[in-house]
Amino acid sequence: MKVRIKFSKHGVMKFIGHLDIMRYFQKAIRRSDIDIAYSTGYSPHQIMSFAMPLGVGLESDGEYFDVEMNSMVSCEDIQERLEAQMVPGMHILHVRVLPDNVGNAMASVAAARYRIQFRDNCEPCFDWKSQLASFYQKESILVIKQTKKSEKELDLKPGIYEMYLDNESIVLMVDASSAGNIKPGLVMDAFYKENGQEPPEFAFEITRMETYANAGTTEEPYFVPLDEIEG
Amino acid sequence: MSKLALSDEILLKIEKPARYIGNEVNSVVKDLEDIEVRFAMCFPDVYEIGMSHLGIQILYDMFNQFADVWCERVYSPWIDLDAIMREKHIPLFALESQDPIKQFDFLGITIQYEMCYTNILQILDLSQIPLIATERAEDDPIVIGGGPCSYNPEPIADFFDIFYIGEGETSYRELLDVYKECKKLGKSRAEFLQKAAAISGMYVPQFYDVTYKEDGTILRFEPNMEGIPKTILKNIVMDVTDTYYPMKPIVPYIKVTQDRVVLEIQRGCIRGCRFCQAGQLYRPVRERDVEKLKQYSIEMLQNTGHEEISLSSLSSSDYSQLEELVNFLMVECEKKKINISLPSLRIDAFSLDVMSKVQDVKKSSLTFAPEAGSQRLRDVINKGLTEEVILNGAIEAFKGGWSRVKLYFMLGLPTETEEDIKGIGELANKIAAAFYETVPKEERKGKVQIVASTSFFIPKPFTPFQWAAMNTKEEFLDKAYITKNSIMAQLNQKSIKYNWHEADVSVLEGILARGDRKVAKVIKRVYEKGCIYDAWGEMFKNDIWLSSFAECGVSIPFYTTRERALDEVFPWDFIDCGVTKDFLIREWKNAVNESVTPNCRMQCQGCGAKRFEGGVCYEGQN
Repeated sequence: MKVRIKFSKHGVMKFIGHLDIMRYFQKAIRRSDIDIAYSTGYSPHQIMSFAMPLGVGLESDGEYFDVEMNSMVSCEDIQERLEAQMVPGMHILHVRVLPDNVGNAMASVAAARYRIQFRDNCEPCFDWKSQLASFYQKESILVIKQTKKSEKELDLKPGIYEMYLDNESIVLMVDASSAGNIKPGLVMDAFYKENGQEPPEFAFEITRMETYANAGTTEEPYFVPLDEIEG
Repeated sequence: MSKLALSDEILLKIEKPARYIGNEVNSVVKDLEDIEVRFAMCFPDVYEIGMSHLGIQILYDMFNQFADVWCERVYSPWIDLDAIMREKHIPLFALESQDPIKQFDFLGITIQYEMCYTNILQILDLSQIPLIATERAEDDPIVIGGGPCSYNPEPIADFFDIFYIGEGETSYRELLDVYKECKKLGKSRAEFLQKAAAISGMYVPQFYDVTYKEDGTILRFEPNMEGIPKTILKNIVMDVTDTYYPMKPIVPYIKVTQDRVVLEIQRGCIRGCRFCQAGQLYRPVRERDVEKLKQYSIEMLQNTGHEEISLSSLSSSDYSQLEELVNFLMVECEKKKINISLPSLRIDAFSLDVMSKVQDVKKSSLTFAPEAGSQRLRDVINKGLTEEVILNGAIEAFKGGWSRVKLYFMLGLPTETEEDIKGIGELANKIAAAFYETVPKEERKGKVQIVASTSFFIPKPFTPFQWAAMNTKEEFLDKAYITKNSIMAQLNQKSIKYNWHEADVSVLEGILARGDRKVAKVIKRVYEKGCIYDAWGEMFKNDIWLSSFAECGVSIPFYTTRERALDEVFPWDFIDCGVTKDFLIREWKNAVNESVTPNCRMQCQGCGAKRFEGGVCYEGQN
């Protein structure tokens, strides 16, 4: 059966890249002695699928991966065993069994919510708190997206689902599907540009708050956290 | 959450920030309130190399078992961070606490190869510790070196307070106790070093003076102070089963060179190859108990979650319980989907059977290290591998489906002739021919692939070849050319690929390996001109090394191409590694006479290591 595992990643662990986090979990799973299924073939590997890579430098309260289990006592047992293997900065937040008809974690990702904070001395010199609402209310937010081969103009607006001030930070919910993924930095760049500025390098501390699936339709999306998805 | 020595901005700008943040599974964090001695353990190369070293893992585990000690790790910052740390005057820090090295009581540096010497200076410099030991202040850490290169510590003697000669498991506790006592009594650095020098295996270079003859060789090497030992006997663990072994090795986040559980099955080697330093330094052979190793393997895999295990030792085929151990591991690893990474084994029925079970025959290759192209030269170097053995092994393997063969040779061995060199191509050709004779056409999947590699021979201290002349760069390259031509002239040349090493770095390694204290100023100068990471081909700057030797007035041929007289006093003669100079002289003469010496299990040669009262010297006796 397939199990979805939600974890958080904070502190110094933000410097560990996606591939190394996968290796970290493979080893943690071996140490935890949970009965994960392996692929067949010459070099068997654990059957595991991560929802969405988290960029180096970002923290998260809403990361997910799925594993295929041969057998299990309970979700609580898996959570306890894995949690016991975590290093400081990593926590296993939730484990649940997936309904059979739910697609894998990666294919399910539709949106992600981020909290963006300014590093010390990196707060913008324009009145960002009052400008935020008007920026979000714009009809379209055009940016130039650099690809390897060319530049193309892109409207971010349809992919921004929420953007608001929360205490001293900005909360941003954006499209995170494989087709339309928007990086929070891209939105922030546009916000600065709108105010005639350019963000300094390393200005933001970004935390992914949650990763969502779409339980509604394309036209009328209904976003639910990846571990609340129903079959 | 723990603090970091480097800002986010720096960490996000450099390559692989995971090298510098610590926090790995099984890394040890202690409370400063609970400990009395802080020990920084350093491998002076990049994290991925340093983290792959078993010796540090053993000592890290040992130190941290001491309740009063906290041992942390430090590696060479890669060149990107190195530049930033210099620019911003950020002191080098330990991974666990992220505290500056300068605050530690000890900085222990393992010295595994000569080409890391400039990295040692980088470590000291970035730590803001004076490079020269005698210029250090009372509160600077005690800088202590260990590892194979400490068997000739003289080229780097100026930079160290102490060298620990021999195996680390034995004398550190005593050294730490002396240190604590000195600290408590408010003794000075010099007083501590004096007391340290009285402990077994401790060499404190500043308490020895060297005088030279007019020809540059050593006239006298002697203590300059009362109570300092004239010779230093290596430390050795005689019971390698009942000693420290890390049951919880640190698990790195990033992929390191040795990303697996490493099981050290024995120490030492019975073979006595005359070019090999390790084969002499680690005598006598001591085996770990196989039942203990089985238990270790299970426990270490459990504690790390690694998906691979490898066996480590010199000449692993000589481990008497190898079959039992490997059979056990195959069963266990199958259950847990763990890969077994085999060391290079003598090719025989057993090893071929094991290899076919744990490797993909089509992808893996056979490895032979004849080291020399002719039987004559193999007798000179005492490499007991004959053409017949190689060909029979290869034929058996070809029958089993293998079609790749790796061959390792050395060029520049003592007494080598053109005929010996040409033997390399001939041997490779015979192996290829054996393939075509053994495997019928319809069963072949393409050509046999033979890769012959040559390295350049570097005479090392404490070997029978320590008297030998080393070739010049030009001679080396000529010999590589002859090798290449001899391969090209073979019937099966299309099945043979030839690789050879860089010659420049071999020459330099030769100088450093048999260098004396005069070489230190060159190393310092080269470092000051910006050289680090000399072991990394792309960063090795030969021209700076050459010009620095010239500027310091230090002759290169004196160290390399000069054949030494039997009565010459060597810079390392004050160290007693167990093997006597008489034995080495005997072996040097045997080499020149092309006379083979049997291995330790066949017949004792009286090398001197029997005085350690154990290991292979007493096998079958009680």
